[in-house]
Amino acid sequence: MTAPLLDIKDLQLGVALGQSIHPLLKSVSFQIMPGEAYGLVGESGSGKSVTSLAVMGLLKKPLAVSSGKILFKGQDLLALPKREMRRLRGNRVAMIFQEPMTALNPLSTVGRQIAEMFVLHQGKSWREAKKLAVEALSNVRVPNPDRRAKSYPHQMSGGLRQRVMIAMALACNPDLLIADEPTTALDVTVQAEVLRLIKELCAERGTAVLFISHDLGVIASICQRVGVMYAGCLVEENETRALFDTPRHDYTRGLLGALPRLGSRSQHGRQRLVDIDSIIADRSKLTDTRFIAPRGTEGSQP
Amino acid sequence: MRLGFNFWLGAGLTALVIFAGVLAPWIAPFDPVLDADLMSSELPPDATFWFGTDAQGRDVYTRILFGAQISLTVGIVSQVINSIIGVTLGMTAGYWGGWWDDLVNGLTNVMLAIPSLIFALAVMAVLGPGLPSLLVALGLTNWSWTCRIARSSTLSLKSQGYVQAAQTLGYGDLRIMFTQILPNMMGPILVMATLGMGSAVLSEAALSFLGLGIQPPFPSWGSMLTDARQLIQLAPWVAIFPGLAIFLSVLGFNLLGDGLRDSLDPHMRTRSP
Repeated sequence: MTAPLLDIKDLQLGVALGQSIHPLLKSVSFQIMPGEAYGLVGESGSGKSVTSLAVMGLLKKPLAVSSGKILFKGQDLLALPKREMRRLRGNRVAMIFQEPMTALNPLSTVGRQIAEMFVLHQGKSWREAKKLAVEALSNVRVPNPDRRAKSYPHQMSGGLRQRVMIAMALACNPDLLIADEPTTALDVTVQAEVLRLIKELCAERGTAVLFISHDLGVIASICQRVGVMYAGCLVEENETRALFDTPRHDYTRGLLGALPRLGSRSQHGRQRLVDIDSIIADRSKLTDTRFIAPRGTEGSQP
Repeated sequence: MRLGFNFWLGAGLTALVIFAGVLAPWIAPFDPVLDADLMSSELPPDATFWFGTDAQGRDVYTRILFGAQISLTVGIVSQVINSIIGVTLGMTAGYWGGWWDDLVNGLTNVMLAIPSLIFALAVMAVLGPGLPSLLVALGLTNWSWTCRIARSSTLSLKSQGYVQAAQTLGYGDLRIMFTQILPNMMGPILVMATLGMGSAVLSEAALSFLGLGIQPPFPSWGSMLTDARQLIQLAPWVAIFPGLAIFLSVLGFNLLGDGLRDSLDPHMRTRSP
């Protein structure tokens, strides 16, 4: 058995409030194998994004890791000096975001922005880097890469911009790509194209993907394994098929039950969509990880 | 980008000052210093001496053209120094935060609390009169507003998607500041520098008027006013024309700055006529 690429061990982090740390993640552990696509699902505030930020080493005050280890190729990222960590970011671990509209600098051409990655991480000259940037654009299936490299972000559609982001993230052939809801802001057809692109490119290069989403359909189409997060805990983890077929945790069942089904109206008539009968709970008041806080607890009082 | 009447008026006046200053050696009819002639002193404006002559019989028009060189140099150089100091301090303070931010904020507040002319006077008193020390004095006094604007722009730009994306792509702090933040806040900085040019010209005039700036016999609009002080009833043109030059150039810089702000700031655009 090969060693995992990313091995998160008992990661705990929280908001530092004065002396005490208010916990947000309680003992999250999972592993990602080289080349594997791992999905992380859960509702807003369940700790998906904060986990990914911790991996990137970009937690901002007052957020802080209180204990645990993040091993990347056997190296503990939390113990890595800042300079080393910066060299890793964008080079070995890259990230793409939810908002392709704001993730590019409006004042420079996309070609220049992609080229900067090669200059920064591979020490290429600008001349070489510009050529590589055009190549990178054609790799993400942007039509007319020569001409597109000279356009500014505002001249591009959301889908194109997300492709540019992917080109930047994959420029240095990272070992791990963190995709934080990369398709949420895109419409459905573009979403499908971008997903296929991520899937194909990562398969080609053997890049592992940590895919964060609350769209179970998207997760199902791209990931081999899925972890379900709820209130800062990884409540369930399984092979994608198995998880969808036999969800073990109450919350996972709720999540799957809440999916609208195609054709259900013709079968069962007009129905309300099922919602999950809970709100995200205050971690410090939750003792048992299998417990879902009922609606109307003090957390939701105005 | 729509630019209003005010902008063009300001640009026109500024262009006039630049034109006068740059071309002074060629278009001026006389020498500003050497063509003194006591026989023709205090002559009212006529066809030969367009703006009249001063107590030493020097052509006021010529001296105003050469004075534009001083005002332009002072305006531009002091604002470049101001912007460099203000942007460097403000941007690093906004980006890094922490104790550095506190320190810069404290310094800025101290600078804002001291009247800038008094501070410039103190600097001039230490460095002695003359153009170089004038540039240093004015360059050191007015960076605090630029610093505040740079800091607040940095704070808001820091949360922009592309700045955060740059962090995840492994950009270093300085690279982020110079490639992502600085270009995106050039608008307000440019506006501040243009507006600051007007006040720098005024401060230069004030310091020269007090005898600390440009030393006679070389003409500066401020020192021309000093010379004209005793003549204001006998030969008002000696005071009126330098005063007018100061007024119009400062008006020009300010209108230019306002016009730039209106067109660069999307929030202002709807309100501008």
